[in-house]
Amino acid sequence: MKEDKELIRIEHLAKSFGDNLVLRDISISIKEGEKVVIIGPSGSGKSTFLRCMNLLETPTGGKIWFEGEEITSPDVDINKIRCHMGMVFQHFNLFPNMTVRRNITIAPIRTGLMKPEEADAEATRLLERVGLLDKADAYPASLSGGQKQRIAIVRALAMSPKMMLFDEPTSALDPEMVGEVLEVMKELAESGMTMAVVTHEMGFAREVGTRVLFVDEGMIKEENTPEEFFNNPQDPRLRDFLSKVL
Amino acid sequence: MSGLVEQFYQSFIEADRWKRYLEGLGVSFTVTLGALALGIILGILVAIIRTLHDQQRAGQEKAGLGFLNKICEIYITIIRGTPMMVQLLIMGFVIFSASRNLVGVAILSLGINSGAYTAETIRSGIMSIDPGQMEAGRSLGMTYATVMKDIIIPQAIKNILPALGNELITLFKDTSLVTVIGLTDLTKVAIQIQAKTYQAFMPFIGIAIMYLVVVLILTKLLGILERRMRRSERR
Repeated sequence: MKEDKELIRIEHLAKSFGDNLVLRDISISIKEGEKVVIIGPSGSGKSTFLRCMNLLETPTGGKIWFEGEEITSPDVDINKIRCHMGMVFQHFNLFPNMTVRRNITIAPIRTGLMKPEEADAEATRLLERVGLLDKADAYPASLSGGQKQRIAIVRALAMSPKMMLFDEPTSALDPEMVGEVLEVMKELAESGMTMAVVTHEMGFAREVGTRVLFVDEGMIKEENTPEEFFNNPQDPRLRDFLSKVL
Repeated sequence: MSGLVEQFYQSFIEADRWKRYLEGLGVSFTVTLGALALGIILGILVAIIRTLHDQQRAGQEKAGLGFLNKICEIYITIIRGTPMMVQLLIMGFVIFSASRNLVGVAILSLGINSGAYTAETIRSGIMSIDPGQMEAGRSLGMTYATVMKDIIIPQAIKNILPALGNELITLFKDTSLVTVIGLTDLTKVAIQIQAKTYQAFMPFIGIAIMYLVVVLILTKLLGILERRMRRSERR
């Protein structure tokens, strides 16, 4: 693992919905193997920030590079870029009209990454890894929230991404199911995956994060190692925020 | 009483006339299925174009899409604004007046008509699907078309299955109109037999019962299909 190779670079990112300016000016560089945790009050733009990274939201200003290629340029094949960036959503967004196995194999097959047999074998391997192989032929409606989110993580991993984006992956879960999802994410972090995680789980940020960002009013107000971030916060808004959530 | 039996005999048994009713029913079925398939394909196309057009961000509209959307609007306006019988007359005697393939002309007319109504139904089906489904599909690197085809449309169709079932039943009954372009469907058979026997009661009441029975069977089948599709997701 080359710890110093830059994976994604964002410069002066801005995003507005009509007159509503959600992201003002965000610049950041994430290196391979880093686990960047993004926290902030609701409505601060942290989810929009994450969704700009794979262009689910089109930025209205600024540039983004992924592995040195400018993905905000109009001629870039965004589908190809997205193959290398997995995303996990707050509401899982599994495909209810397909079995768990099909949920996992459809993207690798349809994008031409794998042949059906290879995708099947990969799905089996990944399901085993998260302990859900017995659910391979079930439909999402029959799964618990925690199981759904673990499947959603597996579905993203099946594309062998270089980076994973997590958009509040545990916010829609019953409290007792948060643990099993965080466990999978921790394991993934230990395997060396580059991650950007928007979350309210401060314990996870402290334990797994290599860098923590505080986003507020569409800007990065503070950026530090987890120890400094939580033990010695500088920004007054962050201090206030931490005093409420910790 | 014996008069009715005599009428029944003349209308259905004599000269194997019952066979002609069956042939007519076969033609009505063929036209229904063909028109339904064409209507759904047209409906999906129009629905996707209109959805794509509506989802464009302000200031980034594509000119081609605006043009296609305009065509779709004109298509829907004309089809919904004119009587089906008139559409059939125009197709049969103006546009395809030289064609011998009456079944083809009938399918085309009814299919184009059905498409205009189905389009709005399918569009509402597409809108009913959580936008997160498209986002999840796109985030995995799949194209808009692939996500539409494999993920959005199948779920949309399932949601609008009752409405599509109604469309099937409406279409089947509307096939009786193709009589006007000279196609021998079930209604035309009854008219021909009435002209031969000079008896109207048996042929027309007879086909009314046949249409009704078919509609009842279709209703039942659609109910079963709907329940089965719902159950498949609960495993």
